[in-house]
Amino acid sequence: MGIDKKTVEGVAHLARIELEPKELEKLSHQLEHILAFIDKLSVLNTDNVPPTSHILPLNNVLRKDETKPSLSIEKTLANAPAKQGNFFVVPKVIE
Amino acid sequence: MKYEPVIGLEVHLHLNTKTKAFCGCSTQFGSEPNAQVCPVCLGFPGSLPVYNQTALDYAIKVALALNCKVQEHTKFDRKNYFYPDLPKNYQISQYDLPLSMHGFLDIELGGQEKRIGITRVHMEEDAGKLIHQEDCSLVDFNRTGIPLLEIVSEPDLNSPEEAYEYLSTLKSVIEYLDVSDCDMEKGSLRCDANISLRPAGSKTLGVKTELKNMNSFKGVKDALAFEIGRQNKLLESAETLLQETRLWNAKSSETLPMRVKEGAKDYRYFPEPDLPALIITESKIAEIKNTIPELPKEKMRRFIKDYGLSEYDAKVLTASKWTARFSEETMRKFSAVNKKPVANWIIGPLAGIAGNKSCEISALRISADQLVDLIELVEKKQVISNLTGKVVLEEMANTGKHPQKIIEEKNLAQISDSTSLNSVIAGVIKENPKSVADYKTGKANALMFLVGQAMRKSAGKANPKMLQTLLKERLDSE
Amino acid sequence: MELYKLTAHELLEKLKNKEITAEEISSSLAKRIEDVDVEVKAYVRTPEKWGQKRGQSPEKGDSPLFFETKGIPVSIKDNICTDGYSTECCSKILEGFKPPYNATVINKINEAGHSFLGLKCNMDEFAFGSSTENSCFGPTRNPWNLESVPGGSSGGSAAAVAGDEAIWALGSDTGGSIRQPASFCGVVGLKPTYGRVSRYGLIAFASSLDQIGPLTKDARDSALLMNIISGFDPLDSTSINIPVPDYTKDLINDAKGLKIGIPKEYFVEGLDPEVKSIVEEAIDKLKGLGAQFKEVSLPHTEYAVPVYYIIATAEASSNLARFDGVQYGLRAKTQGLIDMYKKTRQLGFGDEAKRRIILGTFALSHGYYDAYYLRALKVRTLIKQDFDNVFKDFDCIVTPTSPTAAFKIGDKVDDPLKMYLSDIYTISVNLAGIPAISIPCGFTKKGLPVGLQILSRHFNESALFRLAYTYEQNTEWHKMKPKL
Repeated sequence: MGIDKKTVEGVAHLARIELEPKELEKLSHQLEHILAFIDKLSVLNTDNVPPTSHILPLNNVLRKDETKPSLSIEKTLANAPAKQGNFFVVPKVIE
Repeated sequence: MKYEPVIGLEVHLHLNTKTKAFCGCSTQFGSEPNAQVCPVCLGFPGSLPVYNQTALDYAIKVALALNCKVQEHTKFDRKNYFYPDLPKNYQISQYDLPLSMHGFLDIELGGQEKRIGITRVHMEEDAGKLIHQEDCSLVDFNRTGIPLLEIVSEPDLNSPEEAYEYLSTLKSVIEYLDVSDCDMEKGSLRCDANISLRPAGSKTLGVKTELKNMNSFKGVKDALAFEIGRQNKLLESAETLLQETRLWNAKSSETLPMRVKEGAKDYRYFPEPDLPALIITESKIAEIKNTIPELPKEKMRRFIKDYGLSEYDAKVLTASKWTARFSEETMRKFSAVNKKPVANWIIGPLAGIAGNKSCEISALRISADQLVDLIELVEKKQVISNLTGKVVLEEMANTGKHPQKIIEEKNLAQISDSTSLNSVIAGVIKENPKSVADYKTGKANALMFLVGQAMRKSAGKANPKMLQTLLKERLDSE
Repeated sequence: MELYKLTAHELLEKLKNKEITAEEISSSLAKRIEDVDVEVKAYVRTPEKWGQKRGQSPEKGDSPLFFETKGIPVSIKDNICTDGYSTECCSKILEGFKPPYNATVINKINEAGHSFLGLKCNMDEFAFGSSTENSCFGPTRNPWNLESVPGGSSGGSAAAVAGDEAIWALGSDTGGSIRQPASFCGVVGLKPTYGRVSRYGLIAFASSLDQIGPLTKDARDSALLMNIISGFDPLDSTSINIPVPDYTKDLINDAKGLKIGIPKEYFVEGLDPEVKSIVEEAIDKLKGLGAQFKEVSLPHTEYAVPVYYIIATAEASSNLARFDGVQYGLRAKTQGLIDMYKKTRQLGFGDEAKRRIILGTFALSHGYYDAYYLRALKVRTLIKQDFDNVFKDFDCIVTPTSPTAAFKIGDKVDDPLKMYLSDIYTISVNLAGIPAISIPCGFTKKGLPVGLQILSRHFNESALFRLAYTYEQNTEWHKMKPKL
C-alpha cells in the first residue's frame, strides 16, 4: 500500500498540521519511502497471532475513589497563552 | 405513503463518584471555573490516568440493571479528535471491547409493555465546557474527566412518546441504583437521538438524522416530533434527505443543521496504552449484583400485591425511588388494611405541593408518621374534613408541624357533638323558612342548601356527615 | 581534586566520610560545565553569565544553575517534568512550559537525599531521533569527537556523563534512546523493564514503549540510581507492584554459570566490521570469565524496525495531539480555531516530529488500521515470543548496541530511514518490554567508543548488573575519558 500527496494532505488535516506545498512534496516522498520499507511486514502471516498492545500481563489497575487536592488556579493558568479571569481563552470555536 | 419513525437514543450519564474517572479531583458541581483540575484531567504533558474503582463498580451495576451481558475482558481506547474542551485531544472511551452489550429495558405505554434493546453500555470520560463569547471562547475544564457512561439503545423506539417513556424509565432505574444525579439541567444526563423514517412495515432503514442539544426529556420528545414532521414533508415531496447532525432549538421549537463543517469523521480509535485491560470476574459480577436494590418494576408489582394498590397507583408511587420509599413507609405505618387513602393523599395533594415547590415528595418537611396521623385524623377519626385536611397538609409542608398541633392552633377541629350541631341546625332552620318549606315539598336540593348554610355558620368545622344526618332527622321529624 | 571526574558512589563515600560537602560537588561540576559545555552543548537553556549563581539555590524557574545542593546532583533529560522549571522536550511547541509538578522519578531522587542539577539535558525533539540533531536548541556534540553525534535521543544526558559535565543522569528509552547514546559516548546506559520505573511526569513519546533509565559512569552508579528510581507508582497504571531488589547486591565479579545467547540475526550485513570485532573480543573476554555462550535465533528481528515505526508513531501521534496552543506552550497568532491548531503545530514541531505524527496518524486512520497498526501489534507478539523462547534456556543475550560507532553530525539528517535503521539492535528490547544495558567495550581506530548490549528477561535487571559488573571489573574501558 502506498501513500500519495492527497492522502498525506488528508492525514495532515486530521493531525492538524499545516504543510507548505514544498513540505508536503518532500514529506510525501519520504513517507512513501518509509512505508515501502514498512510493507515488508505484509509478507508475514499473522492470521492467528493475537495483537499485543500491553507488554505486561497487568489487569485491573484501579484507584480508590478518594479526593486529592486540585491545582491552584494560578498554577493551572500559569502556562496559558491566553486567559480571561479563571478561564483559558481560545479563538472562536464556531466559525 | 405512511411512514414509521425509527428512533435510537444515546444517553450520556455522569456517575456520581466523589472523584473524576482518572484523577482525584472532586466532581462537585458548581465550583469556580478551572478550580477542580489537576495535571491529569488537564492532560498536562507527562501526566497519566488511573481509573476509579467506584466508577467501574457503578458502571457494572448499571449494565446489570439494564440486563446487559458484562464482558469478561474489556479495555479502554483512545478516541482522537481535536476540540478545545478536550485537553488531550483524545477522549478515553471504549471501542471494540465495551464493558457490556446486549441488554434491554422494558417500557410501558398505554398499558402496553415493550422491550427496548440496549446495544451497549460503555465507560468514558466527559469533556470540559465552552462558553462562547463574541470574539472568542472561554474554556472551563472542571467537568473534564468526570466518569461517564454511554448507554446506546437499539433503534427499537417508534414514536416520540416511546422515547420519552424510555428516558423516564431509564432515569427511574438509574436513580434506584444511586449512581447518578440524572439531572439534565446540570448536564449529568444528556441525550442524543438518531431518527429516520421508513415506509410503514418496511424493514430497511431510511436516511437518519442525529439530533443534539436537547436539554430535557420534553425537549427530546418535541425535537423528535418536529423531526418526524420535517422528514415526512421532505419524503412526501420526494426530496432527498441528508444524513446530518441537527441541533434542537428549544426557543424556536425546530431542529437546525449544525453549522460547523467537519470532514468525514475519523476518530482513529486504538487501545489506550496507559491503561491495562480490565478483567471482570464472575464473582465480581455476583458481588455487584447483590448491591442492586429492588428496581421500579419489581417494586410496583410488590406494591400491588402487598398493599392492594391499583396498577396505576403503584406505578406512580414507584416511579421515583424517593417517593416509593416514602410511600412504603407511610403505607406500613397506616394501620388500616385498605391503603388506598395513602395512595390518594400522596398522588393527589402531596404530589401537588411537591410539584409547586419543584422538589421530591420526600424532600418536603412532612414525615411518614405525620402524614399517617393526618390521614387518620381525616379518614378514621373524622376530626377534620377532607378539605380542611388539605389545608393542614399545606401548613405541615410549610412549617414541619404535626397536624394535631396545627388543628389545635388554628382551631380547625370538626364539631361532632350533637348538642352543638343541633344548635347550629336550629338557627339555620329558623333563618331559612323558604328552604325548609321547599324540602318538605320534596325538593332534594333544599337539603344540600341547608347543609351548606350550616357549614358556613360553623365556619366549616361541622362534621359534614353528622350535620347532614342530624339536619335530615330534624326536618323529617318536624 | 576535581570532584566532577568521580562517580556517584565515590562521591557518596567522601560525603559520608565528611571529606567533602555537597556544595563542593556542585561548584566543581558547575565549573566543569562552564568550561566545556560551550563545545559539547549537552545542556539547554544554560545561563548566559556563568558563575554568578554557581552553587546557590536560585529561585525556581529563572534559568538557575542548581536547585539546591543536596547529595549528588542528577542531570535530567528535557522530557522529564520538573516542578516550576522549564521542561520543553527541546521543542519550540513547548516554549516556556513550566510544569506545575514533578515527575515521580524527581520526587524519588529528592526523597533519596539527592537533587535535580537544575539544568536540563539536550535531546531530539520529543525523543524523536538517534543523534540529538532534532533539537530546537541545536545539536549536542560527542565529547570523544566534536564532529560526531552523541547518539540520541538522550544524547545530552550521555554526552554530559561522558564529558564529566554530569555525575549521573536520567534519560528515556523508547527504541534505544538511552543505550545507543551510551554506546556512542562510552558510558553505561540502562533501559529498565517496562513497568519497573514510573513514567509519571515523563512527557510521553510512545506510552507502551517508554521507560526512564540511568546514564552513568559505571555499573555501580547505574545500580545505585536504579535503586532510587524503581518501584511501583500509584500514579502510573502501567508500573508494576512487585518488590525492587537492592541492585548493588548484584554487583558480583563472577560470570560463571551465566548462560548467554548470541543472536545470529544481529551479526549480519550492516554491522560495521570494526564494531563486530570489538564486540566479539568482549564476548571472548566474558567467555574467559566463565560465562557460557551459545548462538541463538530471534527470527523476527528484521521486522522490529517496521513494527516499531508503526506502533511508536501511532502512539506518538495521539500523545502529541495535546500540543495545540490551548493551555501551554506556543500559540500561533491566527484567526479562528482550526487555523490556530494548524499554524501552531506547523511552527512548533520540527520536521521529524511532523513526519512521525503524520506517519502515525496515517497508520491509525480509517482503512489503514488493520494493514498497519493491527498488523504491527501482531508482529510485536511474535517478537516478544522470540525472546520468551530464548530466555527459557538463557539468562542473557549479548549483542552490539549499535551497528556503528558515532556517525558525523549531518550524515543522516536528510535520510530518515537510514536514521531509523541505526536503532536496529535496540528496538526489539522496547517492543518486548525487557531490560537491557549498554556498557563500554572498546574503541574504534578513530577513537570512538563502542558499546556492548546485554539483554535479559522481564524484571531480571540483576543479571544485567552482574554481567556488566564482571566485565567492568576485568576491563578498563569505562575509565577512559575524552580529551576536552
